[in-house]
Amino acid sequence: MLLIDCPWCGPRAESEFRCGGESPIVRPADPAATDDTTWADYMFFRDNVKGLGFERWHHRYGCGLWFNIARDTVSHRILAVYGITDPRPALEGEA
Amino acid sequence: MSGYRLDHGGDIDRTRPLTFHWEGKSYSGFSGDTLASALLASGVRMVGRSFKYHRPRGLIGAGLDEPNAIVQLEQGAQTIPNLKAPYVELYEGLSADPVNAWPSLGFDLLAVNGLLKRFIPAAFYYKTFMWPDWLLFEPAIRKAAGLGTSPALPDPDVYAQTSAHTDVLVVGGGIAGLSAALYAAQAGKTVMLVTGGAHWGGRLAGTSDTIEGKPARVWIEDTLRTLAAMPNVTLKARTLATGHYDHGMVSLCERLTDHLPLEQRSGPRQRLWRVRADDLILASGAIERPLVFRGNDRPGVMLAGAARAYLHRYGVIAGRQVVVATNNDSAWQAAFDLAEAGARLVAIVDARNDPSAALLDRARSLGIPVHTGMAPAAARGGRSLRGVRIGRVSREGRIEGATQTLRCDTLLVSGGWNPAVHLHSHGAGRLTLDTNLQSFTPIAAAGHRSVGGAAGDFAPAAPIPALWSISETGEPDPEAWVDFQNDVTAGDIALAARENFRSVEHLKRYTTLGMASDQGKTSNVSGIGILGTLLDRPMQAIGTTKFRPPYDPTPFGVFAGHRVGEGLRPRRRLAFHDWHSENGASLDEYGGWMRPAAYPRAGESEEDAVRREVLAVRAGVGLFEASPLGKIEVKGPDAAAFLDRMYVNTISTLNVGRCRYAIMLTENGTVFDDGVVTRLGEDHFLVGTTSGHAGAIAEALREWLQCEWTTMQVLVEDVTTCWAVANIAGPKARDVLAALEPDVDISGAAFPHMSARTGHVCGLPARIARVSFTGELSYEIAVPWRDAGALWTALVEAGAPYGLTPFGVEALMTMRIEKGFLHVGSDTDGATLPQDIGFGGIMRKKTQDFVGRRSSLRSDGLRADRRSLVGLEVTDGNPAPLTTGAHVLPATAAAPQPGEGWVTSSTWSPTLEAPLALALVERGQDRMGDTVRVWDLGTWREARITGLCRYDPEGARLDA
Repeated sequence: MLLIDCPWCGPRAESEFRCGGESPIVRPADPAATDDTTWADYMFFRDNVKGLGFERWHHRYGCGLWFNIARDTVSHRILAVYGITDPRPALEGEA
Repeated sequence: MSGYRLDHGGDIDRTRPLTFHWEGKSYSGFSGDTLASALLASGVRMVGRSFKYHRPRGLIGAGLDEPNAIVQLEQGAQTIPNLKAPYVELYEGLSADPVNAWPSLGFDLLAVNGLLKRFIPAAFYYKTFMWPDWLLFEPAIRKAAGLGTSPALPDPDVYAQTSAHTDVLVVGGGIAGLSAALYAAQAGKTVMLVTGGAHWGGRLAGTSDTIEGKPARVWIEDTLRTLAAMPNVTLKARTLATGHYDHGMVSLCERLTDHLPLEQRSGPRQRLWRVRADDLILASGAIERPLVFRGNDRPGVMLAGAARAYLHRYGVIAGRQVVVATNNDSAWQAAFDLAEAGARLVAIVDARNDPSAALLDRARSLGIPVHTGMAPAAARGGRSLRGVRIGRVSREGRIEGATQTLRCDTLLVSGGWNPAVHLHSHGAGRLTLDTNLQSFTPIAAAGHRSVGGAAGDFAPAAPIPALWSISETGEPDPEAWVDFQNDVTAGDIALAARENFRSVEHLKRYTTLGMASDQGKTSNVSGIGILGTLLDRPMQAIGTTKFRPPYDPTPFGVFAGHRVGEGLRPRRRLAFHDWHSENGASLDEYGGWMRPAAYPRAGESEEDAVRREVLAVRAGVGLFEASPLGKIEVKGPDAAAFLDRMYVNTISTLNVGRCRYAIMLTENGTVFDDGVVTRLGEDHFLVGTTSGHAGAIAEALREWLQCEWTTMQVLVEDVTTCWAVANIAGPKARDVLAALEPDVDISGAAFPHMSARTGHVCGLPARIARVSFTGELSYEIAVPWRDAGALWTALVEAGAPYGLTPFGVEALMTMRIEKGFLHVGSDTDGATLPQDIGFGGIMRKKTQDFVGRRSSLRSDGLRADRRSLVGLEVTDGNPAPLTTGAHVLPATAAAPQPGEGWVTSSTWSPTLEAPLALALVERGQDRMGDTVRVWDLGTWREARITGLCRYDPEGARLDA
């Protein structure tokens, strides 16, 4: 069970959280003018990385807030926790 | 009879004898015994039958590594299958049986498998029972090759769960664990020290080995006393660490009452701990491996370390005539201890040519004959060992030259020790081969460390020669057992290697080596050694199979904890729950809430009650508790703009005090929820949701605000359970409301349909909304939950002169079908788009984007032949309602064929005195008046497509 360092509540057990998948996912600015392929990419296509991934989590049974984490999907090591609107932080070993 | 009890020694209480039952016979033991030690002391030799060949088997271990003494404890609902006898503490009246013998251990009908052994080698079942279908044979094979029986009755026990954090968690209560705990505690850390068994001190418990100048027995007692007196230390015996998970979490299973007689147990039987520690120290010790030679599974062959443990912990001598066979020093100590305790040692047989002089001197002084450079060629005997034939052994394990037979009833063996690296490996720790130990030891890992036996830190560290498989032919012997619990022999491993199952994981699946409830604790490393020899590859290159939690089987109840029965999903009760119960409501669960389905009177069926309730609402007035309807407050300067983005409908044009029915989509375009939105103020809205859906909707609203429109100033709060809601519906609803003396004008002109007021009702602060799901004049009166009782009492009293009739969910659903009102989740599914349920026009009129709009307009959403929601009028004269889910077929259909849709809601309408239904039908809205056929499980019905609303289509009654 992961131990996730919520930026507001501190380290808490994974069972208090919900994973919201890859982050950020950018919503097309003008959906009506967006073609099907681009829209499908926004809706359904995710990187599904093996290794360093970026995702958003929701502290559902805590403060109720969303935030971002950088997580190694193989080792489950969490390399960074950062705000939902913050840019991805620079990480050691990242290409 | 072989094993016997000494009149002194061991950590048992000889003043407290206990009676227990094994295979229906009575035996006695002492307080402090385990089932295994008590059986051994009682001279019981055969404790089980093997898994596949039903060969007689005896006790070989003294802990969770035991592969043979697998027992079924107790009967009926209390029964627990597949416990290891050395881990079952004895209590008065204990009753246990072997698991794999039928009808009894002594006379086992399936032992015929043993005679056929040469015909059923590894993978025999896979190869033989292929035609026509493995599934045909599986049940009988499983029965023949089974272990224990699962209880057929519900588990009468309760289980607890808890979490803990500590600076240091030490797993294992042996010398290494006690030392580590003491060291950390003295440094001021909070320490939790756990051990799986009931005793402390591990392998050295009760021995006279010297630790820091003291006898082990004394050192252990002193250390425990010191630890127990420290406020920063928690000691837990009977607490097994079962798994080591991500980010250092360790699961513990604490056995709270298993050691007590059944009638003395109370409270939880076991407790699951989830522990996180800054430092995790694994002191889980090491597991001895048997020697592999012909007949090594005869009852009477036992691990040397186990015999030593039985002696020192329980005062039991394993046998009358003892031979010790080994390739390492540790077994000599067992021989010396037993000899000093009065056992008759026939000989020590050591495969090494040059055991140390100290060992040889000690043996000589105790009068024990020693055979060096020799090993057991074969064990003799049937249900009990009678002797062992020994001979000179080569480095490769081949017996050469003449052999001699030693008469004995007990053969203690040791092939070396394997560090218990399980928890290290669960935590992604890697292993390396230690050629001194001929076993795998942990490579230092981040986040945890192994100490003592678990790290391969044995004293003295004399190199152990590899001796994986002994045979007289030089080939792995098909009657030399490697895995006792699964009946896998050295010959089976050779067969697998020959058939190219050379990966250790393939070897495991093909032969079942290392499977079952002990997961190969005594057998895996030996198996890897044999495979390595056969393939001429180093053991390091072969590696181990993956270790997975739990370390030992753990009851499901421990993982479930309180989440069983009513605790699985706690039911929510309405504000007026007691009143409903007292007034004859039949309660059912709807979306987690216990709600009245109907209020049947004496002599009424539920159907009768629903009919009466509907007619009472239509003709007079009814009372319904609507508290579970979701209520979410949405407030802030951007609230209106935000809701415009969330709903298909435009919300910002709503006037203060007015309500609007609106639907919400997922971003994938499908219908997510519907409800009434009320504008309480310029920047303040009350969002109504489906009952039981408020949490999900509030969560979705917040996700959009936090993750997408991050600059919008909007607050979202789910207030569903802050307000209790009574709904009065029917032509006389206004009269009843008036009797409650509201402080707002409730005349039809001042308070029209789809509007809301804030004020007081019978002196209570209230929000009143004039909305309707029944099709009648209707008010929803919301008061703070604490005021629910006062409101309900006043309503019932005020309504009496008007015949106010309580009605349940079923009557409400009947009336909404009569009105053709949609019920999300019944009339929609995960593929329903807004245009399918009549919202196409509203979407076209709205110019701005909203969640789900783009997705609902993909090419599939624009297909002309989409299913749309319509009404169905039954035309076959049969008064029975259509079956919900029945297929809608063309009028020309004569046989079942791919349908054009299905019935989504169906009821008998007491108002129209006819069956009514709603259905999703291809191009339904363009086919008004078409006849269709409705098929369900061979029954045909006739129907006609109609509009949705079949009652008061002009809505005159709503506006009354």
